[in-house]
Amino acid sequence: MEGTGRKFEKLQEIIARHGGEVSHLIAILQEVQQEYRYLPEEVLTCVATALKIPPAVVYGVATFYAQFSLVPKGKYVIRVCNGTACHVRGSEPIHFALRRELGLAEGEQTTADLQFTVETVSCLGACGLAPVVTINDREVHGQMTPEGILQVLRAIKSGESKEERREAHA
Amino acid sequence: MSTGKVTVDGRVVEIGDARNILEVVRRAGIKLPTFCYHSELSVYGACRMCMVEVEGRGLVASCSTPPVDGMVIHTSTPRTRRLRRMIIELLLANHDRECTSCERSGSCKLQQLARQMGITEVRFGQRDKKLPVDDTSPAIVKNPNKCILCGDCVRMCKEIQGLGIWDFAFRGSKTRVTTAFGKPLQEVACVNCGQCVAVCPTGALTVKPEVDRVWDAIHDPEKLVVVQVAPAVRVAIGEEFGLLPGEKATGQLVAALRKIGFDRVFDTLFTADMTTIEEGMELLGRLEKGGRLPLFTSCCPAWVKYAEQFHADLLDNLSTCRSPQQMFGSLVKKFYAREMGRTPEQVVCVSVMPCTAKKFEARRPEFTTGGVPDVDFVLTTLELARMIREAGIVFNELEPEMFDNPLGMGSGAAVIYGASGGVMESVVRFITAHRSAGDVGRVDFYPVRGIQGIKEAELEIGGQTLKLAVVNGLANAEKLIGRIKAGEVFYHAVEVMACPGGCLGGGGQPYPNNTASRLGRMKGLYSLDRAEQLHRPQDNIFVTRALERWFGGPANANTHQALHTRYYPRRRISGKPVELNGRRDERPVEVAVCVGTNCYLKGSYDILNKFMALARQMGIADYVQLKGTFCLEHCDRGVSIKVNDEIITNVTLDNAEEIFKTRIAIKAEPPWVV
Amino acid sequence: MLKSRQDLQALAERAGKALKKEKLRILVCAGTGCVANGSLGVYEAFREELARRELPYKVELVREEEDAGTALNISGCHGFCQMGPLVRFEPQGVLYLKVRKEDVPEIVEEHILHNRPVERLLYHHPVTGQVVAREEDIPFYQNQVRIALELCGLVNPEDINDYIAHGGYRALEKALFEMTPEEVITEILESGLRGRGGAGFPTGRKWAFARSAAGEKKYVICNGDEGDPGAFMDRSVMEGAPHRVLEGMMIAGYAIGADEGYIYVRAEYPLAVKRLKKAVADAEAAGLLGDNILGSGFSFRIHIKEGAGAFVCGEETALIASIEGQRGMPRPRPPFPAQSGLWGCPTVINNVETLANVAPIISRGAGWFKQYGTPGSPGTKTFALAGQVAHTGLVEVPMGITLREVVFSIGGGLREGKKFKAVQIGGPSGGCLTEQHLDLPLDFDSLQQAGAMIGSGGMVVIGQDSCMVEVAKFFMTFVQNESCGKCVPCREGTRRMLELLTKITRGKATEDDLHLLEELALVVKDGALCGLGKTAPNPVLTTLRYFRDEYEAHVRDKKCPAGVCKELLSYFIDREKCRGCGLCARNCPVEAISGEKKQPHVIDPVKCIKCGTCMEKCKFGAVYTA
Repeated sequence: MEGTGRKFEKLQEIIARHGGEVSHLIAILQEVQQEYRYLPEEVLTCVATALKIPPAVVYGVATFYAQFSLVPKGKYVIRVCNGTACHVRGSEPIHFALRRELGLAEGEQTTADLQFTVETVSCLGACGLAPVVTINDREVHGQMTPEGILQVLRAIKSGESKEERREAHA
Repeated sequence: MSTGKVTVDGRVVEIGDARNILEVVRRAGIKLPTFCYHSELSVYGACRMCMVEVEGRGLVASCSTPPVDGMVIHTSTPRTRRLRRMIIELLLANHDRECTSCERSGSCKLQQLARQMGITEVRFGQRDKKLPVDDTSPAIVKNPNKCILCGDCVRMCKEIQGLGIWDFAFRGSKTRVTTAFGKPLQEVACVNCGQCVAVCPTGALTVKPEVDRVWDAIHDPEKLVVVQVAPAVRVAIGEEFGLLPGEKATGQLVAALRKIGFDRVFDTLFTADMTTIEEGMELLGRLEKGGRLPLFTSCCPAWVKYAEQFHADLLDNLSTCRSPQQMFGSLVKKFYAREMGRTPEQVVCVSVMPCTAKKFEARRPEFTTGGVPDVDFVLTTLELARMIREAGIVFNELEPEMFDNPLGMGSGAAVIYGASGGVMESVVRFITAHRSAGDVGRVDFYPVRGIQGIKEAELEIGGQTLKLAVVNGLANAEKLIGRIKAGEVFYHAVEVMACPGGCLGGGGQPYPNNTASRLGRMKGLYSLDRAEQLHRPQDNIFVTRALERWFGGPANANTHQALHTRYYPRRRISGKPVELNGRRDERPVEVAVCVGTNCYLKGSYDILNKFMALARQMGIADYVQLKGTFCLEHCDRGVSIKVNDEIITNVTLDNAEEIFKTRIAIKAEPPWVV
Repeated sequence: MLKSRQDLQALAERAGKALKKEKLRILVCAGTGCVANGSLGVYEAFREELARRELPYKVELVREEEDAGTALNISGCHGFCQMGPLVRFEPQGVLYLKVRKEDVPEIVEEHILHNRPVERLLYHHPVTGQVVAREEDIPFYQNQVRIALELCGLVNPEDINDYIAHGGYRALEKALFEMTPEEVITEILESGLRGRGGAGFPTGRKWAFARSAAGEKKYVICNGDEGDPGAFMDRSVMEGAPHRVLEGMMIAGYAIGADEGYIYVRAEYPLAVKRLKKAVADAEAAGLLGDNILGSGFSFRIHIKEGAGAFVCGEETALIASIEGQRGMPRPRPPFPAQSGLWGCPTVINNVETLANVAPIISRGAGWFKQYGTPGSPGTKTFALAGQVAHTGLVEVPMGITLREVVFSIGGGLREGKKFKAVQIGGPSGGCLTEQHLDLPLDFDSLQQAGAMIGSGGMVVIGQDSCMVEVAKFFMTFVQNESCGKCVPCREGTRRMLELLTKITRGKATEDDLHLLEELALVVKDGALCGLGKTAPNPVLTTLRYFRDEYEAHVRDKKCPAGVCKELLSYFIDREKCRGCGLCARNCPVEAISGEKKQPHVIDPVKCIKCGTCMEKCKFGAVYTA
């Protein structure tokens, strides 16, 4: 597994690129999370060491912002927007349908096979398309319904491409 | 200094040097309630209890608002009253309200203010989740269910101690004060100074009690229980019984200890004198033989642990002298027990300390005799007060009594160990007399006295000028060390005490443990010193006799064995190593490269990269399992690496290739080799 | 590399000429909404189609050597996202709605080759059926006045020259060469511009404070942490006209004496981040950012900082903490950021929309700006219209316009003929307005009086089938999650308010709880440390004020008048409609439904947990609530 080694090199590269500056902590964590898909404890300790700040400070920052996760997330991160516009147009039934379909127990966000993570987000700013669901941040599905999201989910499971998925629900 | 005036509840008050409305209002005779305001710490402004109404500005937090000339302030209005009562109610709703069985019952600020505000009912639901209590540390117990998130501990640890063990994690109603990754306190860099406990307004942070075990020992007829009392205890214990900080209570203290049932009541002053002599000789020795300077004191166990974790390269600068507590324990277990015809197990050594870190120190594996700890139990001043109360002893009615001999005698130089600068002054008293043929009279060395964080002094001795520094608070220590390491300053000797004001401000002292109390206790100690006939350690004949009888004199091979110690680099945080590459082969060679701070700063990442590149280059990447690990505890000889079970130190980028080839690659066994 | 004022003027002239030469400009909207609907595919389809028909076109304004006559560009958001993907044809201003890539050949054939608009893709009035070709004639746009958004949808946000062709950076030029910093501040003061992000503090005064504050180093921060769930005007500006934001910041920097700026953008806005980064890079390359800009002696640099998901970072001091790499926890003010902000230096923080107004004010003057809006709140304000309104999207209207005009003229009234009940304005910090406020002029002061606030400009239209307690609970859930946890009133207070609201929606609350809720709301408003906490009770307080009867119905009669609060509903099966298929019974998670096959089923009210699954599953509409 050369992968992890490269990740570690990448970690040093990230820290170096930010000049080891404490004010860049959030950006560093964002890039680290991109690399590892979450923020592993030992990596955070490394970051703290490199920035010469107490690890508790790094932990405090990592747990403050909603974007960061200290546990591994699924391959597909599905975010259901629950901003005002989406809420009044029925985002909760979508969220509920997703969780039920994926068998997520209360307080659980990620499926045991690490395939799917379901989160809510307070607003994606795509209110004109409410209700909105995104997959891995880049793929936006607007004017969603509970049935629609289940179709998207099935499409992902059967390995269809993003483009095909968009077509499927459009 | 402002010449302006403000009106507080109709009364005109001068602003003067008041930094905020809170202080101005106090001058008008009103004490506003606060949880998160401490004059020594930065303003946090979170509890909102101190809000007042300012005409034209509405409700403002008095702690964070500077007074302005002409301001009209109302401290008690329907709105402030509604606000304060509601805040208490909100805090209580989320608080583990088992007040009767709480350590802090009676000294809890939340309890006090709830009573003060007349809260008789909590109209909200109970706390929904009970979090586990962390009692892994030898000194401090954390009960998150009682935390009101005022952040006092966080700021204390960060600002005064420079450690940042505690910080907030999560947010909103899920906010918690916790260690890094929620790790047990024992597994992080906490130095057990207990300053977080000292500022905690509730029972969220308390001292780990050893009272029960001490009672058990006292009640065990087989055991001879001896107790030693640190200098700072005698000027603080009275506060628990209505005396003012600094009021002398030594005699009552001794009487109370006897009444509780201790078989011998001794004084840590005895070994404080011994420490001064040993340390003074050590300093003189280093000055003469050109040893490592500056010499740092080592009486403060929080500082010692700090140095072990953060300044491994300075460990040889630390005095090898054991602290007075541990010298005492060593004497009791090695010599006194024998003279009493007992084995070390049969004698129980209890110490009463102002300090919480002493609990940790007593458990250090170095400090044992025949496998038995030299100091069995450490009580804080507060724990002793609890025992006195439990025993029903009416402290104020006690007739003063004297310490037992021979280990109960101490000089004034030992008394002032309890104050920041005290150890330095004692050493000064020792060496000035030691170096001089005639009588030098009393030596009162004022430059090192006082509560300031960093003090400097010079001492002319034998034609040489010694540069001395005294610091209290580890953040101040760090500042000074930074300057020393950068070559900006040079000192011959440095005294470091972790707690503000020295031991008298220790984490085990009575509440309130603030600047005012500390100044009172400090005054108390120096007045005891003034009244003391024995001025310097060598005046204490019991000590010189003991040194003679048991060791054949001071500072020799014998004292070295019983009264001195050594220090070990120590990792700051537990945790898994960072896996760098996986293992495919059955028998790879495991290489852990230290990426802890010391090694990191010496370029351990570059060495890791070099190793990875070499492994790839040599085609053995799959057979070398590389890890980055946090501290192999050889920081003084970094960069350290661990190859299977062997530790190799002093690895540099220059010798990395050679080491890789001769000590790592050779152990990697690809199948085609053999 | 522009080295002087003359260089910029020459470029502006060249760009303007190039623009004039364009006979046709196709603008495919590439805002987040349209991209999500597949507008990039539409853009590609145009490229392919134009290439296939060998029609020459250009994608960059200035650098193109030959004069193609036709330009194909992406654009920023038009605000009418609901109808996306949008394609606009300039100079006629024709707007095509809901364009699919399959439609592109027809558009090219008809519109470009035969100059006949494709009627089926134009706007059709929902009532009159009238077809509207020009964007400006669509009712949604008719009453709008666009200043902050004026370039969104018209310029290519990724082409700095296009911005310059539309007058971009000329305000900066004017400020640098014709005005002193004090004059710039006076102009802004004179215009009466007030902060568009929340409380409406006069921008000019903020600048004046920062200018007079002691300190060599000063900063300008653009607050792009648009966290109000339901507002996206800042996103639109950053995506649609990023240079507008940069220009505003630079003018602010010049005015206060700062040489460095930060744009703090929400993490949820990746496209805005991308466009801003490109804009900064392009401006640097053009010499409009950096040292000695245009030879004026003024230097300025801009950094982009991405947020990481915390609403509270929209609060000035929390935002500063976040830029500094810390937890985004607000700190007490004073000191104000203008005195001691980023790294202790005097700092001006303005929100995106505010900064987008700066260049036009400097170019066209305070007098021009003041012709819009009211004396107390000059200019325009952008609102994000959402909820049960027919047309959702971004609208920029003059201050002082009535709620009625926004909801009924621009927004087209409520969808599905629903009856108007309320408007929730200003997001979690705002409040609810009712029918009685329909003719209230929308400006900072009148809204404040009504207990609401413009806030960031979220405007959710609520119909008669919404429960106001549930609306209040929704916002409370939000702030409760987003509270930083520092001060007691906000941390504990929002949690307990939510607890009480939940109790009410479940029919478990008493009259005492209602009083407690009110008392608590007032305490949180009084006592919280920052704006987030101080305004958090607004949704509760305004709904209590205007819809107390709804609260009382929940508490006294254990009824939700709108039929929204599930726990207060009972589920029944209509015996007439039920076919006895058993689908509901099989899906009921608690086995509360029984009945023989092909016979009407019944729900056991004792077992029923009111999850609504039966209603969702029933194919015959036999399940109803009462």
